Amino acid sequence: MVLHLTDTERGWLSDQSQPGRAMAMRIAVKAADLMGASELVPISHSHIDGCLYHGDSGVLFCERLAEQGARVSVPASLNVGALDLVHPELIGGNAARRAMARRLMDAHTAMGCLPTWTCAPYQVGHRPALGEQVAWGESNAVAFANSVLGARTNRYGDFLDICLAIVGRAPLSGLHVADNRCARVVVDVSGLSEALRRTDAFYPVLGAWLGRAVGATVAAIVGVPADVGEDDLKALGAGAASTGAVGLFHVVGVTPEAPDLVTALGDTEPVETIVVTAEMIRAARDALDTASGSAQLDCLAFGSPHFSHAEAKALETASAGMIFAVPVYVCTNRETLGRLEDEGVAEILRGRGVTFVVDTCVVVTPILKQQAGVMMTNSAKFAHYGEGNTGYATVFGGLADCVASAAAGRVVRDDSRWR
Amino acid sequence: MALSIVANPLIDGVADGPAMVLSAPISFWGGVNPTSGLIVQAAHPERGQCIAGRVLCLPELIGSSSSSAVMLELLHAGMAPRALLLASRDAILPLGVIVAEEMGWPTIPVLECDLVGIVNGDGVTVSAGGGVTVERAG
Repeated sequence: MVLHLTDTERGWLSDQSQPGRAMAMRIAVKAADLMGASELVPISHSHIDGCLYHGDSGVLFCERLAEQGARVSVPASLNVGALDLVHPELIGGNAARRAMARRLMDAHTAMGCLPTWTCAPYQVGHRPALGEQVAWGESNAVAFANSVLGARTNRYGDFLDICLAIVGRAPLSGLHVADNRCARVVVDVSGLSEALRRTDAFYPVLGAWLGRAVGATVAAIVGVPADVGEDDLKALGAGAASTGAVGLFHVVGVTPEAPDLVTALGDTEPVETIVVTAEMIRAARDALDTASGSAQLDCLAFGSPHFSHAEAKALETASAGMIFAVPVYVCTNRETLGRLEDEGVAEILRGRGVTFVVDTCVVVTPILKQQAGVMMTNSAKFAHYGEGNTGYATVFGGLADCVASAAAGRVVRDDSRWR
Repeated sequence: MALSIVANPLIDGVADGPAMVLSAPISFWGGVNPTSGLIVQAAHPERGQCIAGRVLCLPELIGSSSSSAVMLELLHAGMAPRALLLASRDAILPLGVIVAEEMGWPTIPVLECDLVGIVNGDGVTVSAGGGVTVERAG
């Protein structure tokens, strides 16, 4: 496939008066070639993942863009950074690393990006509409934008997201194209017990299973209760995008491109139908535990993706009257924490032993106190990345299990719904 | 006996080195330490091995869109593989290489390549235009 550019786009490639945009355009065009795109499509929004420090190289790149005058041409929200700018004392690591992480965040705001610093931009006002072409990074946000909102984006990586926001265009390929959004695989969970399907912990586990089972293939899930909550879908997508390259899934009767199975499949036959059993789900849940069988517990981590207001309220309700015996970290964004402060909920949770982390999270930057230990979480994403990034072995459990464990200071789980 | 494969160069270039074939999918973000090149992904069969200096053969990529950043950092730190051979086309890892090129830093070839017939330790030579030659050690 040969990439066709408009005269304007071609002009940008070598525009000496806008060297930052020219650099962004060259990278966008090479990426479009890699993706086999025939043209670029205008976008209306970008969510940028490149502001999280992974090393000095990314800082130098973004500073080069900013110094050369590049500015975003569409509204661009920012994913988490490696610092909590509200609670800077939480962040460990050496000062040089923190300084570079700050330079990376500053380079992005200098280019006109919005300082949202969240991996759940869709819960703080950045909600592209059904059919809207956007360019999003951060795998959970991509899954949510495509699946739950019906916006259209591929899974953009660091650097390409900022380049696309600068040029206001994305390669027309993959999930930007309607035909590629149809499900190819049917996943049937209707044989699982109603009680399990109404358990919060089911959704991140289903996601973790889905990512391993289907990889990048678009699945249509049937059998999810029609009143499933947005936070459950968020957890499903985050789990799926952690264990597999899932950018889009449909939940029949729930998500906007899947009013019924025939529509979700685009009127074609599925290549495969997978009937999900309780054994498959239990195995997927067990795979999220790297601290096998141990009752040891050193901390809890909530909020990957960033806790919503509703999730924080649910934590408050579930932990009424408790004092936590181990540190409990709640990772969220400034806007949600602001609401919780205004309502007095933040104060109540702090009184029980919660530490709020904003702008970042415990799995992407040094916050945890020890080199190793056991972390319990209700997030499949934290469970998947926790040990590799923090050294803490992980235990997965639903909100109720996590709260009971935090209060007891050891792992406590109620397995009755999983049998 | 040398095996010759015609691969599709996503980023053209030349390289040679010992093959390292991953036996499970990996996400570079969270799965590879960006400064040491060590595989750190929990429960990965090749956990603890170093990808630097190898011709890294990847049957399947998963996970985070931050993997481009890890790729760029590996190149900047001099801990990158000599080449990447991908069983299926991917844009996230090559992007780290494209950015390195724009920054004037060393780059590596990235090819979409049939990996059947390549095993750990094979001597792999990548030539310009997508030629891949595989020599079995011993």
